[in-house]
Amino acid sequence: MKAILVLADGTVFEGESIGKPGRALGEVVFDTAMVGYQQAVTDPSFKGQLLTFTYPLIGNYGTNGEDYESPQFQAAGVIVKGMCEEPSNFRSTESLGEFLERHGVVGIASVDTRALTRKLRTAGVMMGTISTDETPEEAVRRIEESPGYAEVDLVEKVSTPTPYEWEPGQKAGKAQARMGFEDRLTIVVLDYGIRASILRSLYEVGCRPIVMPCKTTAAQVLEEKPDGVVLSPGPGDPSRLTYAMETVRGLLGRVPVFGICLGNHMLTHALGGKTFKLKFGHRGGNHPVRDLTTGRVRITSQNHGYAADPATLEGSGASVSQINLNDETVEGLEAPGLRAFSIQYHAEASPGPLDSKGIFGQFVRRIREPERWSEIVPEVY
Amino acid sequence: MPTRDDLKKVMVIGSGPIVIGQAAEFDYAGTQACKALHEEGIEVVLINSNPATIMTDTNMADRVYVEPLTLEFAARIMEQERPQGLIGTLGGQTGLNLATQLARTGVLDQFEVDLLGTSLEAIERAEDRERFRQTMREIGEPIPESAIVNNIEEALAFSRTIGFPIIVRPAYTLGGTGGGIAWSEAELRDICSRGLTVSMIHQVLVERCVIGWKEIEYEVMRDAADTCITVCSMENMDPMGVHTGDSIVVAPAQTLGDQEYQMLRTASLKIIRALGIEGGCNIQFGLDTDSYEYYVIEVNPRVSRSSALASKATGYPIARVAAKIAVGLRLDEIPNAVTQKTLACFEPTIDYIVAKIPRWPFDKFALGDRTIGTQMKATGEVMAIDRSFEAALLKGVRSLEIGAYGLRSKTVSQWGEMEVEQCLKEATDERLFAIAEAFRRGMMVEEVAELSRVDPWFLRKIKNIVDLEQEIRQAGAEGITDELVARAKKTGFSDHEMADLLGIAEREMRERRQALNLIPPYKMVDTCAAEFEAVTPYYYSTYETECEVEVAEKPRVIVIGAGPIRIGQGIEFDYCTVHAVWALREEGYQSIIINSNPETVSTDFDTSDKLYFEPITEEDVLHIIAREQPEGVVVQFGGQTAINLAGVFHENGVRLLGTDFEGIDIAEDRDRFERLLRELDIAKPAGRGVASVEEAVRTAGEIGYPVLVRPSYVLGGRAMEIVYSEDELVSYMRLAADVSPRHPILVDKYVVGTELEVDVICDGEEALIPGVMEHIERAGVHSGDSMAVCPPVSLSREVQDKVVDYSTRLARALQVRGLMNIQFVLGADGVLYVLEVNPRASRTVPYLSKITGISMVNVATKCMLGRKLKELGHTPGLFPPRSYYAVKAPVFSFAKLTEVDINLGPEMKSTGEIMGIDTDYSKAVYKAMVAAGIEVPNGGSLIATVADKDKEEAGELIRELAELGFRVHATRGTHEHLEKIGVPSTPVKKISEGSPNIIDLVRSGEIHLVLNTLSPDRNPEREGARIRRASVEYSIPCLTSLDTARALLLALTSRRESGEFTSLPIQEYEKMVGPAAT
Repeated sequence: MKAILVLADGTVFEGESIGKPGRALGEVVFDTAMVGYQQAVTDPSFKGQLLTFTYPLIGNYGTNGEDYESPQFQAAGVIVKGMCEEPSNFRSTESLGEFLERHGVVGIASVDTRALTRKLRTAGVMMGTISTDETPEEAVRRIEESPGYAEVDLVEKVSTPTPYEWEPGQKAGKAQARMGFEDRLTIVVLDYGIRASILRSLYEVGCRPIVMPCKTTAAQVLEEKPDGVVLSPGPGDPSRLTYAMETVRGLLGRVPVFGICLGNHMLTHALGGKTFKLKFGHRGGNHPVRDLTTGRVRITSQNHGYAADPATLEGSGASVSQINLNDETVEGLEAPGLRAFSIQYHAEASPGPLDSKGIFGQFVRRIREPERWSEIVPEVY
Repeated sequence: MPTRDDLKKVMVIGSGPIVIGQAAEFDYAGTQACKALHEEGIEVVLINSNPATIMTDTNMADRVYVEPLTLEFAARIMEQERPQGLIGTLGGQTGLNLATQLARTGVLDQFEVDLLGTSLEAIERAEDRERFRQTMREIGEPIPESAIVNNIEEALAFSRTIGFPIIVRPAYTLGGTGGGIAWSEAELRDICSRGLTVSMIHQVLVERCVIGWKEIEYEVMRDAADTCITVCSMENMDPMGVHTGDSIVVAPAQTLGDQEYQMLRTASLKIIRALGIEGGCNIQFGLDTDSYEYYVIEVNPRVSRSSALASKATGYPIARVAAKIAVGLRLDEIPNAVTQKTLACFEPTIDYIVAKIPRWPFDKFALGDRTIGTQMKATGEVMAIDRSFEAALLKGVRSLEIGAYGLRSKTVSQWGEMEVEQCLKEATDERLFAIAEAFRRGMMVEEVAELSRVDPWFLRKIKNIVDLEQEIRQAGAEGITDELVARAKKTGFSDHEMADLLGIAEREMRERRQALNLIPPYKMVDTCAAEFEAVTPYYYSTYETECEVEVAEKPRVIVIGAGPIRIGQGIEFDYCTVHAVWALREEGYQSIIINSNPETVSTDFDTSDKLYFEPITEEDVLHIIAREQPEGVVVQFGGQTAINLAGVFHENGVRLLGTDFEGIDIAEDRDRFERLLRELDIAKPAGRGVASVEEAVRTAGEIGYPVLVRPSYVLGGRAMEIVYSEDELVSYMRLAADVSPRHPILVDKYVVGTELEVDVICDGEEALIPGVMEHIERAGVHSGDSMAVCPPVSLSREVQDKVVDYSTRLARALQVRGLMNIQFVLGADGVLYVLEVNPRASRTVPYLSKITGISMVNVATKCMLGRKLKELGHTPGLFPPRSYYAVKAPVFSFAKLTEVDINLGPEMKSTGEIMGIDTDYSKAVYKAMVAAGIEVPNGGSLIATVADKDKEEAGELIRELAELGFRVHATRGTHEHLEKIGVPSTPVKKISEGSPNIIDLVRSGEIHLVLNTLSPDRNPEREGARIRRASVEYSIPCLTSLDTARALLLALTSRRESGEFTSLPIQEYEKMVGPAAT
């Protein structure tokens, strides 16, 4: 079945329908990672977005029951060039096409994704829609009538309704039981769109993660007597999440805080800083980040459309600790006086390079040895 | 950390001649490195014995030494030049071994030279098997159970602990020389004994064989600040068990999920850190198909063939970055030359798929063992880029120039079921076609996977191609729908293949397709999947919507490259291609290259103004021409690949720059050429073109045996033979029928005499002859396989004048604009015959350019554009010879090609060449011999077994060798002759005479030289072939031409008598004028 992808500016791409026929609306973004599509589409940070994979052969290794970053399919739709219907991998239980159908996702294949990427790179990301039953004109009208990406609180949609303590699945649990952490740190994870790999990473370094809804107040968090708080990644425009900023402000200085991705934005706002929208974001597994403390460069996994404005953080007690080598945007903040720090990228990877996994260990060691807070750097993974 | 400021002068070691396992990729790497060092203001001293390289151009390094890559010569140059640093990781295994030797023997310490980049310690940790295994164990990286053994008994003991199959790998060799998989004790004995012989340290590794596992490679870089990145992952379609150089390889890896991908990537970073490499390395893994289990197989602590492939596949210049790291820069201080916006410190991400396919030499070696395994056999490779595996694979196949435009092979289609299955199980160069054939015959993906162990992912894609092929065939020329044509084009089918399936002409297919507006746009290779704007115009075609090519305002010229490296068409043509684009640039044109070979300098992102990485076929090239609308197309520099397109361009109204189609056609059309020679009153050996066996027999009868037979339109003497009798002629004609059906077979009188060769530059009116080359071996040995010297040593002034006169007249008559190559033979009768004319640049152009200082391609290109020799500052006629000799010698890869006979003949067999240069002729010969890898024995024992026809001549030669102190062993006939002329020798039994025989003697390790000439009789000949193979396998120089033997004698004498050698850079030689001392 034919499908079209229509952008808000009227640009039309033709392709074939994949997954479910119908319509899907969202901000059209591109991800340059060559592997990890299952983790990507189940990542809550892609909520509200039509995800384009720049790699032209998607689905090669199928999908499986393990590579979920959240229990749901999160992206609003997927855009690919080539879709592999007959995957080959020992873990594959279902092809990507079947996976899309099962989750009722609308997608489009056979798109000149490189042309689309070049378009987004020059014009910036914009709203768009995949459709199997409209004319391009009708589709554009529908885009115009729908709320924009930044006009919706997407975090609220993906966050857990109730708090829960996270424990690893049975298979992983056996291995980790052997790791023998007797005094696990209690870590409250504020769920703006949490990913399983962050919880797993925390667990692996000796944490007991308690996941709490996005609108949890600082007082509610502190009731759990946490040893530390993790601010999770998540979708949408960070500047609209005033409730989250409020909570973080209430936590700063009382408990060690570690922000990841949207968590970095929340820390920025809580410290009085601002965030701004990037033209086409950073989405992929090849972003070089320099740690200004150690001088070391690590290749990171990224997925964000907004960045912290360093100028707005002057005098806030936080300093920029890491930058992106490509565009020098903020990749990490350090506020040692408040025992808070953050990263813009995904140290938990999945998908992407594992080079920064040591940051979870750094967080734990900082909690355990607060007097050495600033000396503790991530181990080389 | 900026460049180390104590580094003013750095020495770089090249890789020497092209051999199997070490091809043009190291010229590419070395050239990039030289440029990168210059950018840092460092003076570069280069040593490389291969003159057919861009890196040995005088604008690439400040001091270029074309000298043998041996400890002795390298140490002398080091003493002379006193560089502060040495980079040894850019010249392949040859360069690495030499650097290691220089370090170990204390030469580096003596002259206070730092080994830059990867340290000796790190090299040894990666190269020495035991230390490597120790290091892997320390960091917990899995390695297959294995043992280092120094003799066969130890190997057998190991086999008893783990069982078979067992893989055998000799330490310190190229391309897996002497390795193999043993399935039984007998095989283990055999392979080990060979492996121990070829290993530099007489050591082999025996290990558990993970045949059938996925073979995954990562290219990894690390700087001194410990920042590490991976440039690219690659997956071998042919799983573990087939050498990666002989595998179809795709980038990026296709069948790994993020878990496996990151697991191996993380392991790669851990490994490069543990080894302490500063620069680049290649890491190979074997990955189980059913679990996360993997083994680290091998690490190459240097740039490699794989790194060249990864560079071309991603746009990331690994060698350039490695050179910068070596002089102290950090990854985050080096700009990304492709985007010019980002830094070298990132990981390329690509939005296409790359397929590399090896090019094997079995079209030349019909009798060679075609199975592929752990020992690499391919001479070259092609790379293809597209947005699906099917399309990339199909582009790759047609880039090979093996007559295949799809996955159909005439040979394979005639096989029985058993043969097809056997080929799936035990891979040969034809396996890809066998897989397709298996699907054509209805086999299931699962069955083929079971037999071949190729991942079903690849197999399904191949099946897609076969299914579509059937669909097209069934539709037929009448029934084929527009939709099917479009689908086939998008899948990657060529017009040629579709036309063939439909039974119509390619032209008709093209017209039908064009009428559907199916014309491929071009996309850019930019290292970043379009995330950032890139400035480097590096393109590939794909049937999609948006075209990214911007056609330049200024006039454009397209240069057609030479495609994959094969016997007869080597790196020389890439050298020419590169010089052509440089000349075009100088003349204000936008230079555009089309090529499909990832190993080359011509396909480097900054060589031309625009690069199309595409197959060099009619269809693909015409598409680019249609898009670019160039002023003209240059076909003279890409070997036979390019010149073969002259007719296509002529028919399609594309302007050829340089010699017109008319001139090319006269030179290549037998009858027209003969007519021309008659008009010019130039002699040619009697002969004619024949179209049938009867005609051949009649012709040979008229002109008399022996005759030289070959197909017309050839390169590298393909299928050329000297035939002594009618029987032989008839069997040749039957075999040759398939070689070139559209063109007749040529039968010529075989003239015995001295062969001469010239390359001529002509501006349409006047001709410049930079030098006359005299072949050292008499006529009958292919020019590419003979040693040659320039200026000539035995030619009279009159003969040389005649050569110049003939050349000039021929050039004028053919209206040559650009280059032309002429081969002559000076018969024993004193007559100078013209053997053939090639209306294009030849393999000797770089060699002559280097020794004359005339940038021949530059001048020729300018002549093509209408400039005159005189206005370019050149005096027509013979360029005055300089006061030194340059000897060119061929280099063979026989050790890699089992069951190939090594005797020299009219069929070309060498893979590369080197040059020896000196003011003294015998020293130049010595240098050439040493550089060619002939261990010039300084005494010891030799075996002589020569044909009756050669006994007299050989006898005198052996006498001289005996006088130099050689102990002579000879087979009966030869022994008797030697006895008769009073040369002492020990008789040795022939193989047929029982044992211990000649083969046992070769194996004893006491022999230093074998002299064997070809017998026209069958039985002794069969025995001769076995002796020759045995000497190859035991690395003993084996000479099959008495002329080569005489040259060796000269070299020996020179070594004994002259004592000290001098090494001068090419820049110094260029200053020497005046004739050579005789």
